Amino acid sequence: MKEKFVIEVDGLSKQFGNFVAVNHISFQVKEGEIFGFLGANGAGKTTAMRMLCGLSVPTSGHATVAGYDVYRQSEQVKRNIGYMSQKFALYDDLTVGENLKLFGGIYRMSRHQIRQKSDHLLAELGFTAERGTMVRSLPLGWKQKLAFSLAIFHDPKIVFLDEPSGGVDPITRRQFWELIYRAADRGITVFVTTHYMDEAEYCDRVSIMVDGHIKALDSPAMLKQMFQVGSMYDVFLALARTATRSE
Amino acid sequence: MNQLKSFVTKEFRHIFRDVRTMMILLVLPVVMVLLFGYVITTEVKDIRLAVVDLSHDELTQQVIDRFSQNHYFILTGSAASAAAGRAMLEHDQADMVVVFGENFAQEIVHSRQASVQLLVDGSEPNQAAARAAYAQQLLLSVAQELSATMGIEQQFQIAPVTHALFNPNLRSEFNFVPGNMGMILMLICAMMTSVSIVREKETGTMEVLLASPLPPLVIIIAKLVPYFVISFINLVTILVLCKYLLGLPFAGSLPAFMGISIIYLIVSLSLGLLISTLVRTQLAAMILSLLLIIPTIYFSGMTFPIESMPVMYQHVSACIPARWYVAAVRKLMIQGVEVRHVMRETAILATMAVVLVSVSLATFRKRL
Amino acid sequence: MGNIVTVSEVCKRYGKVQALRGVSMEVAEGEIFGLIGPDGAGKTTLFRILATLLLADSGTATVDGLDVRRDYRKIRRCIGYMPGRFSLYQDLTVRENLEFFATTFNTTIERNYHLIEDIYRHIERFKHRRAGKLSGGMKQKLALSCALIHAPRVLLLDEPTTGVDPVSRKEFWEMLFRLKTQHGITIVVSTPYMDEAMKCDRIALVQNGHFLKIDTPAAITGSYAKSLWSVRSEQMHRLLDDLRQWPGADTVFSFGETYHVTIKNGYDSEQLQHHVAHCGHQQVLVQHIEASIEDAFMALSD
Repeated sequence: MKEKFVIEVDGLSKQFGNFVAVNHISFQVKEGEIFGFLGANGAGKTTAMRMLCGLSVPTSGHATVAGYDVYRQSEQVKRNIGYMSQKFALYDDLTVGENLKLFGGIYRMSRHQIRQKSDHLLAELGFTAERGTMVRSLPLGWKQKLAFSLAIFHDPKIVFLDEPSGGVDPITRRQFWELIYRAADRGITVFVTTHYMDEAEYCDRVSIMVDGHIKALDSPAMLKQMFQVGSMYDVFLALARTATRSE
Repeated sequence: MNQLKSFVTKEFRHIFRDVRTMMILLVLPVVMVLLFGYVITTEVKDIRLAVVDLSHDELTQQVIDRFSQNHYFILTGSAASAAAGRAMLEHDQADMVVVFGENFAQEIVHSRQASVQLLVDGSEPNQAAARAAYAQQLLLSVAQELSATMGIEQQFQIAPVTHALFNPNLRSEFNFVPGNMGMILMLICAMMTSVSIVREKETGTMEVLLASPLPPLVIIIAKLVPYFVISFINLVTILVLCKYLLGLPFAGSLPAFMGISIIYLIVSLSLGLLISTLVRTQLAAMILSLLLIIPTIYFSGMTFPIESMPVMYQHVSACIPARWYVAAVRKLMIQGVEVRHVMRETAILATMAVVLVSVSLATFRKRL
Repeated sequence: MGNIVTVSEVCKRYGKVQALRGVSMEVAEGEIFGLIGPDGAGKTTLFRILATLLLADSGTATVDGLDVRRDYRKIRRCIGYMPGRFSLYQDLTVRENLEFFATTFNTTIERNYHLIEDIYRHIERFKHRRAGKLSGGMKQKLALSCALIHAPRVLLLDEPTTGVDPVSRKEFWEMLFRLKTQHGITIVVSTPYMDEAMKCDRIALVQNGHFLKIDTPAAITGSYAKSLWSVRSEQMHRLLDDLRQWPGADTVFSFGETYHVTIKNGYDSEQLQHHVAHCGHQQVLVQHIEASIEDAFMALSD
């Protein structure tokens, strides 16, 4: 079976002045995969992710996302990805329904499409009664679930999640990951960064960045075997100890 | 003391490290003065003077002689009545008419005070104001000299009453300098103080400061000191620019001017402090401070003369600190009056300062 | 040893939101006390009340025997408070921040250097760098140094490790442990990471303004009443739905590479094993396991 890659990165680098934030990284992400992108603070994760989303221009190297070049075709890239970060996800002062309409509009969906998909999405999350509720007054866990659903509202090929589950209670965090599973089962590729090492175990494959390089890339089971340790936490510690760069 | 010193140092570091803001703070007043000052014409040579002398006595003759001897004035003729003098102005036969009333000499003998009417062409307000200012200064020195030579124990005074024709309020860029000072000082003090306090609320550092044993008074004083210093620098800059670049005469008492300016600075700073206790975001602090500027522009007398406002607006204007400051500065800088003539303004501003400082200290919270 | 922090029936409401619904706790001198719970549980509110920044609507709290309402000035001298978000001056350098906070507390860096030495040496290389340019882990170390510089008796740390990578987090906890053992400083710390609970002497599990339980981590996991099983197979995504459909399953939660399943009374693990096999799963592994803090939290919170 020939595997199809939705993200292909080849020798991607980003330099700020003398500082090489991302140093010649190469990897591929398979379609429908949950790909964990780990690394210590300052290892270069955010910079790499920004380049993949077409938000930042690489210094050198090459990357395609959903078949489009991140540098030359950043508009097409943006149309085919979803993005969710911890910092910004939803407009607090709009209602749930207004947020849905806004994001549908941004991705050029027709009014009919937005209506239909909104109904479906709210029913699936059990939020139908909250359509007119101001996002501000929703509990944090609900906001995150809603933000994720919005990030995949336009059926992107890939969704980028930047530390999406911080601060929520353990039950909500698991419900959140079940949403991620369901998206992956629908064929959406999930590219996720996290500081929760147990979440790294939920990924199909995990890459760990140290000092701008990708130091390890494999399934959690293989990584644990390779480092002869019992958890991803220990894998992470073993690798991050080799770091020399500290910002 | 050590706490205060290190806090003030920190505040100055914040200011110096934000180069863009600092440049705006220091350059803004210069730009404002140059912008408005550029259009001021202060050339007052060869003032064509017509005399209407209804008193016809030795005293008036002596005053007229002084005018003719002064190289700024050229005596171009005389008229028999105020109306005739006015006609000369209208026909551009004179730039200024000085009118001595019938009872000029008697007034001086009896009450040691006489008034002189100055009629100027107000269509060019800058020049008119400058001309009037020169005539006023001349009259002042004449009065001093004459009372000395006449051996009168108690000095007598000649009070000039200026009437500007064609533009009776003498609205001019001349008035813009005091108005601008009132506005710039208010803007910098109120906005920068409130923003710098609210920024600490926004970034969460206020939380750490409040949870420390630092007395709130130290926080407040340390926040006010840098902007007081910067405003003071601005004040001096404006004065220096006015004097050497615009050639604007500074007629009155400099210490009195500095004194009342400091009171006004305190009023503005405490307004900033008050704003900071009311809002939570820097944006809100900025908007609120800008809202302070609007009444300053419209009600301080810098754009619309207070005397011609409806009574209700005059009451509103009485609440605007800048109104009293602008009035005092105008008197001190341009008219060159004595300090006792600005006592009222000083007293009102001082009262405002005391009230605002106490209110803002009382509302400054020692908890979140 | 006495209690250095006491909280008794404290309630706090912001408008419609009831942040704390009558919580009580005691922290013994020299212990690390953890507040474990999600965002919005009321942890920050409790910290602010202890730091004398907020007044409780009802209830009392003391720090070092002093009332938070009446003796706030004295309390402010003996606590070191680190708020949830990074609260230092980003435009000042590392050294300038530290100096500023030292003089704020009427002390000098030299006088209490022994306290912060262990932490400060990690960031000393960057002492002339502006705080805003430090990485997350470094910022936390600087903030901790600033909170410690006046030799407080009690440290109040509100989510110091949120958003920090696992390595920095581990180092941070090692530092806290040394502060406790070498300098006898009492530490009240909150965290949303359940695994960090094990590093505390005692913890309070917090949710929706309530304390679900206060005890040592071992006692909390030890008192877990249900029968807990870890289940895994080749096809994890499908396994989740299959487990949920089994009538004997009480709760099913994903946990790292496995699912944690609690079994209802009247069912047993053999039936579970049978059900999974019946659904066609390969390489099935079902093991009885001890509960973690996270299991305990989830069991208590429903």
